This record gives sequence, C-alpha cells and structure tokens, in this order.
Amino acid sequence: MSPETINLTLKVWRQHGPEDQGRFITYQANDIPTAASFLEMLDIVNERLIVEGQDPIAFDHDCREGICGMCGAVINGRPHGPEKETTLCQLHMRGFQDGDTIVIEPFRARAFPVIKDLAVDRRALDKIIQAGGFISVNTGQAPEANSLPVPKSNAELAFDAATCIGCGACVAACPNASAMLFVSAKISHLALLPQGRPEAAKRALAMVAEMDRLGFGNCTNHKECQVECPKGINITNIARLNREFIKAAVSSPEEIPVFPAGRPEALQMGAK
Amino acid sequence: MNWVVSTFSTSIGKKYLMAVSGMLFLLFLAVHLVGNLTIYGGAEAFNSYSEHLHALGPLLAAAEVLLVLAALLHITMGVTLFFQNRRARPVRYAVDKTGGGGRTIFSQTMPYTGLAILVFVIMHLTAVSRFFVDRTQKTAFQVVTELFSNELYVALYMVFMVIVAFHVRHGLWSAFQTVGANHPKYMPFFEKLSAIFAIIVGVGFGTLPMAISLMN
Repeated sequence: MSPETINLTLKVWRQHGPEDQGRFITYQANDIPTAASFLEMLDIVNERLIVEGQDPIAFDHDCREGICGMCGAVINGRPHGPEKETTLCQLHMRGFQDGDTIVIEPFRARAFPVIKDLAVDRRALDKIIQAGGFISVNTGQAPEANSLPVPKSNAELAFDAATCIGCGACVAACPNASAMLFVSAKISHLALLPQGRPEAAKRALAMVAEMDRLGFGNCTNHKECQVECPKGINITNIARLNREFIKAAVSSPEEIPVFPAGRPEALQMGAK
Repeated sequence: MNWVVSTFSTSIGKKYLMAVSGMLFLLFLAVHLVGNLTIYGGAEAFNSYSEHLHALGPLLAAAEVLLVLAALLHITMGVTLFFQNRRARPVRYAVDKTGGGGRTIFSQTMPYTGLAILVFVIMHLTAVSRFFVDRTQKTAFQVVTELFSNELYVALYMVFMVIVAFHVRHGLWSAFQTVGANHPKYMPFFEKLSAIFAIIVGVGFGTLPMAISLMN
C-alpha cells in the first residue's frame, strides 16, 4: 500500500526575533504523508525551505511523545490543534483533509514573549515554580510507605494534577491569558499530599503573587483552559487553588510576598 | 502592606470580591423579583408590598448602603480585571476558536452586559426610587403603570432584562467556582441553577410590563 499524501496551504507566523513585528507567510506544503505527525510535517516543510536557501520555521519540540510539554502552537485557533487531550507532537496529519488551509500561530500572552516564529519564552512558568512549587525537605532514604497514610481519592486527585506538563496551552487558550490552571495544578498536587501540607500556605501565597507579577491575566471562568489542556486537567483544581489561597491569606501567619513595583519581568524577558 | 489590602490586591483576591458582591446581587435579584411579583395580586397588593418594604426604615437603608458598597466594589474590580486581562494578551490571535464546552456568549460578554446593567440600574433608580420620584402624590403602582405606558421604555426594559439574564447565566456558577465551591457532588447543581435562575430572572422581570397591562 502506497502511503497516502495530502496537499496543504500553511499560513505560518514568521517573526525574526522578539523585536520584529512579525507577519503571516503562506507556504504550499504538497505531498505530506498522512502518517506524519504535525511536527514531522513542519520538519518536511523546513527541509524544503533549507534546500531553497530559506530560513526554516522555528518551533519548540523535545520528546515528541506527548509528555515533555515543550511543543505547542495554535493551530486554526486551537492550542495543540483540534484533537482532545493531545499535544502538538501527537497530532497527526490524518486528521486533516487534502486542500486544507492551516493557520499556525505561536502561543500569545504578554508573559510569553515570542523568541522566533512559533517559539515562545515560557520561563515565566518556571519562575512561578521557583516561587514555591516544591517541597523543602532533604531527601534521604525512602521513608516507610505506611508511615504517612494518604487517602486513595487524594492520591488520585494529586496524580491527576501532577500530570500537568507545563506546556502553557492553558495560558494560550485563556481569553485572558491567565495561568490559573497551571498554577492550580502545581498547587493541588502538593496540597493534596501530607508532604506538601507544611508549606501549603506559604506556597499558595508566593505562587499567586509571582503569577500576578509576571503579567498573566485573571481567571474569569471561561473554562477554555480545561478544554485545551493536553492532560485533561480540570478547573476543580482552580477552585482548590482559590480555597488554598484564601485559607492561607486569612488563617496562616504567612504573608504575601511584596515584589518591587515596576514593569513585570516578563516584559524584559526574551527581549534584548 | 496591610494583609487585607495585599490579599485583595492579588488576582484571586479581586475575584473573591467580584464573587461575593455578585452573590449579594443574586440574592437581591431573588428578593426584588418576589416583591415585584405582587403586581400579579393587583394594585392593592403591590402598594401594600411597597409600603411594608418602606416601613422597614433603617433596615431598608442599611440594605441599600450595603448594595451600593457592593456595586462600587463589583464595578471597580470588574473594570480593573477587564483592563488587566486585555493587557495580558497584547497581540490577538488571527484565528480564535473554542473547542466547545469552554467560553460561551454569556462568559464572553460579562464586561459588556455588566456595563449595560449599570446603565439600566441608573435609569431604573431615577425612574422609580423614592430618592428621585415624589411618592406623596402617587402610589407605587401608579408610578410603575405610568412608566410602562411608554412603549419605548417597555421595549428597552425587556432588552435590559435579557441582558441581566445573560450576566446571571455566567455569574452564578462562576461565583461559586471562584470562592472555591466546586465539587462533583454539587457543581452540576450550581450549573443548572445558573441557567434556571437566569431564565427566572429574565422571564420574571421581563413579563412585568405585560402583567401591568393585564391589570388595567
């Protein structure tokens, strides 16, 4: 059986660097095997561009197995493309029809400045983790498993939250470019386990303050994040974050860290 | 910084203020609707409701002050969130689609329906409230009847009631989600209640002009 191929018209966002204005360029992508993944399709297009002496399209990718959170672009208005709970690398060209026009844009958010073409700077998410998304314990021998009982339902909820790969699709999908689903997943997977409780209050306050500082928008419950999340993370996590935050604010001795006023760091990142 | 100020300056703090003040308005809408439905009992029933309400004196004044404070908070936070959210995405998408099950026409129009409701509330208060209308000569029923005899006003009023219903449709479940009350046990109920209460508010208030014309 000869492999099936399709011809596509691509409208790709091209931007030389953070300072460049950027524009859509149309490419004809002919003879694309339907068995190719979306990123492999971009590889094929890029090889042709290189042969023609043109600049290949820059895009982020790493594991190509749907678990690293490195890839991601907005395909016809949908972060990671139209398929449910799928990262861009796991989206395949068999989902498209011959003659389709595909518009490919980078994730858009003030906190995610474009580095080049489809590659955006998502270090803002790392900064939120650095603000408190961890447990400060010295690891040693693995403790005896039954010394810390964890209810099964909590273990499952924590694991569901921990499947977050930090790809940033929630931010890209949110009409307000809010990072609440990401932060709520990171807060939840620690808050639900006994090991995460001692620092839960400090963590909630610090991560929310950092999220605000980096210039993400505010959640207005559109649920777009939950629709586009490649790991199917639910907005019940956002409700948990809201509970954790208010609990920490009113009933713990912890204080909300105050950051120096001025331009959010996100504006300076990537650029220059 | 004072911990109260810093708490409610955060994105989540602002959302809490939106949600709690919004819940107060939902409660107000329910009470206001029940009161207004006395119109169906005729002029006497409605006038009696109005007199009893005003007989509450300081209690009524306290409720009014509370509602005005909540409105100021809700509007200030709403405007702040609106502009912050616009700033958070300086470059818009060329193609912006929803996967379904996400944003709705109700959720997307919240800032605009909110603004329209503010316009309506001002219009409504100047037309019927005791602060703007002399009640010594006219009964409450007469004030309302006169108002609804203007067809243009009736049409405008009904459009505004649909707008209120839109705002309630997203606002009710959204307020519970924001204060952290989202659980598989009761969230489906709040989501249904959101739709049902929106219809009750829209139809309940929206058909009052018809009730009046039936009375005459």
